[in-house]
Amino acid sequence: MAQIVLTNDLGRQFTGGETTLDMDVTDVRDLIRKLDQKFPGIAEVLQDGSMAVAIDGNLHQDAWLEDIGPTSEVYFLPAIRGG
Amino acid sequence: MSKHHVTSTVNGEPVEFLCEPQETLLDILRDQLDLTGSKEGCSSGDCGACSVTIDGRLVCACLVLGAEAEGRKIETIENMAEGDTLHPLQQKFLEEAALQCGFCTPGFLVAAKSLLDRNDNPTETEVRYWLAGNLCRCTGYDKIVKSVMDVAAEMRGE
Amino acid sequence: MGVDGNYKWVGKRTVRPDGTDKVTGRALFSADSSMPGMLIGKILRSPHAHAKIKSIDTSKAEKLAGVKSVVIGKDFPNLPNKTISIGILAANFSEMSDKLMARKKVLYDGHPVAAVAATTSAIADKALSLIKVEYQVLPHVIDVDEAMKPKAPLLHKKMITVGVDPAPTKASNVASRCEFGFGDLEAGFAAADVIIERTFKTKPAHQGYLEPHGAVVSVAEDGQVTIWCSSQGQFMVRSYCARLMQIDEAQIRVIPAEIGGGFGGKTVIYLEPVAMALSGRAGKPVKMTMTREEVMRATGPTSGTSIDVKLGATKDGKLTAGEAELRYQAGCYPGSPVGPGAMTAFAPYNLENVKTVGFDVVVNRPQAAAYRAPGAPMSEFAVESVIDEMAQKLGMDPIALRELNAAKEGTTAPYGPKFGPIGNEQCLEAAKNHPHYSAPLGPNQGRGVASGFWFNVGGESVASVNINTDGTAVVLSGNPDIGGSRASMAAMAAEVLGIDYDKVRPIVADTSSIGYNDLTGGSRTTFASGMAVCNAATDAVDQMRTRAAKVWDISPDAVEWSEGHARPAGPNAGDFEPMSLADIARTSAKMGGPITGRAAINAQGAAPGFGTHIVDVEVDPETGHVTVLRYTAVQDVGRAIHPSYVEGQIQGGVAQGVGWALNEEYVYGDDGCLQNTGFLDYRMPVASDLPMIDTVIIEVPNEAHPFGVRGVGEVPIIPPLGAVANAVSNAIGVRMTDLPLSPPKILAAIKNGS
Ligand code: FES
Ligand code: FES
Repeated sequence: MAQIVLTNDLGRQFTGGETTLDMDVTDVRDLIRKLDQKFPGIAEVLQDGSMAVAIDGNLHQDAWLEDIGPTSEVYFLPAIRGG
Repeated sequence: MSKHHVTSTVNGEPVEFLCEPQETLLDILRDQLDLTGSKEGCSSGDCGACSVTIDGRLVCACLVLGAEAEGRKIETIENMAEGDTLHPLQQKFLEEAALQCGFCTPGFLVAAKSLLDRNDNPTETEVRYWLAGNLCRCTGYDKIVKSVMDVAAEMRGE
Repeated sequence: MGVDGNYKWVGKRTVRPDGTDKVTGRALFSADSSMPGMLIGKILRSPHAHAKIKSIDTSKAEKLAGVKSVVIGKDFPNLPNKTISIGILAANFSEMSDKLMARKKVLYDGHPVAAVAATTSAIADKALSLIKVEYQVLPHVIDVDEAMKPKAPLLHKKMITVGVDPAPTKASNVASRCEFGFGDLEAGFAAADVIIERTFKTKPAHQGYLEPHGAVVSVAEDGQVTIWCSSQGQFMVRSYCARLMQIDEAQIRVIPAEIGGGFGGKTVIYLEPVAMALSGRAGKPVKMTMTREEVMRATGPTSGTSIDVKLGATKDGKLTAGEAELRYQAGCYPGSPVGPGAMTAFAPYNLENVKTVGFDVVVNRPQAAAYRAPGAPMSEFAVESVIDEMAQKLGMDPIALRELNAAKEGTTAPYGPKFGPIGNEQCLEAAKNHPHYSAPLGPNQGRGVASGFWFNVGGESVASVNINTDGTAVVLSGNPDIGGSRASMAAMAAEVLGIDYDKVRPIVADTSSIGYNDLTGGSRTTFASGMAVCNAATDAVDQMRTRAAKVWDISPDAVEWSEGHARPAGPNAGDFEPMSLADIARTSAKMGGPITGRAAINAQGAAPGFGTHIVDVEVDPETGHVTVLRYTAVQDVGRAIHPSYVEGQIQGGVAQGVGWALNEEYVYGDDGCLQNTGFLDYRMPVASDLPMIDTVIIEVPNEAHPFGVRGVGEVPIIPPLGAVANAVSNAIGVRMTDLPLSPPKILAAIKNGS
């Protein structure tokens, strides 16, 4: 199962503080869908462009179709804006 | 308010223009003569982006009134290359990447040429102080100063 | 190809394709274009830091001969109060519209309240003076710590801090709180032999681009809008204008002028929608350019900040815990870069216990705009100062302490994920071995070291590569060229196509000539648009391989492309004379039409950049003046596509960072109005303030990019703040925590001692 890590702020808002989860998912869209089933409302925040996701250390923004492997480590973090 | 009729020489060509008393030479060059190579970064004499020469003297065109151009010879960046040959400073700036956005570049080139016209062997400190009236926010001045020193050496035949 | 290949054009110091225009004065920046019948637009700005607008009377101005239109806040659409993402940017259009033109209140000195368009600049000025605005002045607050106090004047009566549980019941100036980190801080600090706690302050600094904002806007009778302006993204301008003015994006064409510097400050717009409103009403094109005073009063510097850092370490130098609280000025509406500040603060270090908390605080200043590595220079300055002090307390060499605790591949970053391959250790090692680091110092001199980290970003990019029948190529991309990116695009395309750099002409296309591109920012252009250009060139190559295969009657897989030629791939493919790009292009009409390679991507896999800087300073004990004697900047850039422009970006970032550390600050009067609105007293470094800036480029390739690019532009502004402060502290023997390190502060520190 992939290890999913949410930010402390997401934990506070949606999961009652839980930030580390093990989940069976295939790609980012699948992950968001499954997270929303568990924690209703979280999908909106994860998809409004304010969050990025790091899969096995690689940073992705707005990447629904990015694959998540069976042992991947997935971290959500605020989207990075630049100068 | 009546306009002044001014006759002067810009980049070797005789020109005539009418200007309001408060209009600067930079306004005239840019808005009336379509010579937009001289830039306006501040209009207060602090950035050097508007550098031109008047009778061979380096000035900020934003600090000179249009009316003061009467009877004078003005040289701008547009006349620095000769025909299809770039001035050695222009060429060196290109080769050494002495510009990034390029907004400050016309002013630096005019100012640097004016330095080399009077001092063909400036020290690094002299170059830095001569160019201290020209602001560049992109390059950290390193490649600009090096280019000017290199061109000076080349022009001396070293 | 491949990230470790030997290249003909990538990594070479070619002459930039737009260079000649820029050294001869031909290049057209925003203020350099004009249109027949054009009017001049100008803005009336608030003279107060905080006030209610009781009334605006524009009638006299409207009657003045030569005035063609006048607009105030109510002439702009009211929009939903919600933050949405546009590409790599976030925007709240209700707030953005209010910033363009104040509605009920002015929130800072310089806030626009009305605008006019007139036949001449002088008439426009006269018209502004005829507009009567009645204000009710309100108390204001500018300093971030003051703004957080319970009794502080409130900018927005209903602002409840987001990110606090339970939500506060009382309004405050704190827009939001964010938090990052992991581990057990208490245990971490309990394991420490030495703990250092300090508070730091930094002043807002302006991006300082030399070219003031400017735009020429034409709204035609049929509603079609054409905008010539300089910005960091023509598509950003289009998206923002369409939403702010409530018209379709397809009706707006934004033509990018050359941009005279941005550094993040041109990722927002100030003039274009106002010029649209004026032009639409007047039925004529309108040109607007800001004066330098307007740029300083009303465009976005970055935040001033106040930061607490606590760091623990064992006697032998192992960091055990790090904690920071960051308070950033947002300006008049929420949106400081405190988030990235909090994420980056401890990023160069491997910490098991780390926590950063950030507060985004509104104050009576213009909205903070991005400035190179938004948020990071301040937080990393604070941490790098404490690291330096820790090294002193432990009697360790400051680079050795950093090496011992350096983040490397596999380290968990303080913001969550594990790092992939990164060049942090390589930078430290190169700095340590640089002759600068062991050069002797004289009296009153000090040396400072600091590291820096930035994420770098990817994002959406479109590129096309058109192959001409004479064997040349035109590369279209959609990112303004702010510092030589055309040269990089041309080099990458030439490399993939296998033709000479001089045969490739790169063009920055307007919004109606190419698909959507995120803006130039976050160090994304060479990475993301570069990737699009590589993919588009590869697409063109694939088409040419297919055509050669048809001619030879073999499978396209049996055709390879090298050195600009289609060749049979190995002996089994058959024995054919290689066909050059020019050969294939010449017959393109007969073989299916023009060859155009395309790519439209959302570039993923941006990889972080690290840097380490060393600086020597001399402090004059009589005057407190600091001279920067020597500077060395080491940075991992993944791959330097054009080394000269990589060096230039690094040198430019260093100069800006040195300015931030030593000179640049905003000075406000008791009335909350900005007092230093020009370059004379907002003192950016000039040539005589700086030495040569030595650069060392490290290349740890980013596997996600065809040539290994990470991005360059953000990292170099981060370390200078800490490095300079550490150098000055070491020179005078007193820890300096309050930037800028102006002579009076240094004299006071010398006098009072530690
Ligand atoms: S515009 Fe003349 S010195 Fe700045
Ligand atoms: S190159 Fe941009 S200001 Fe000098």
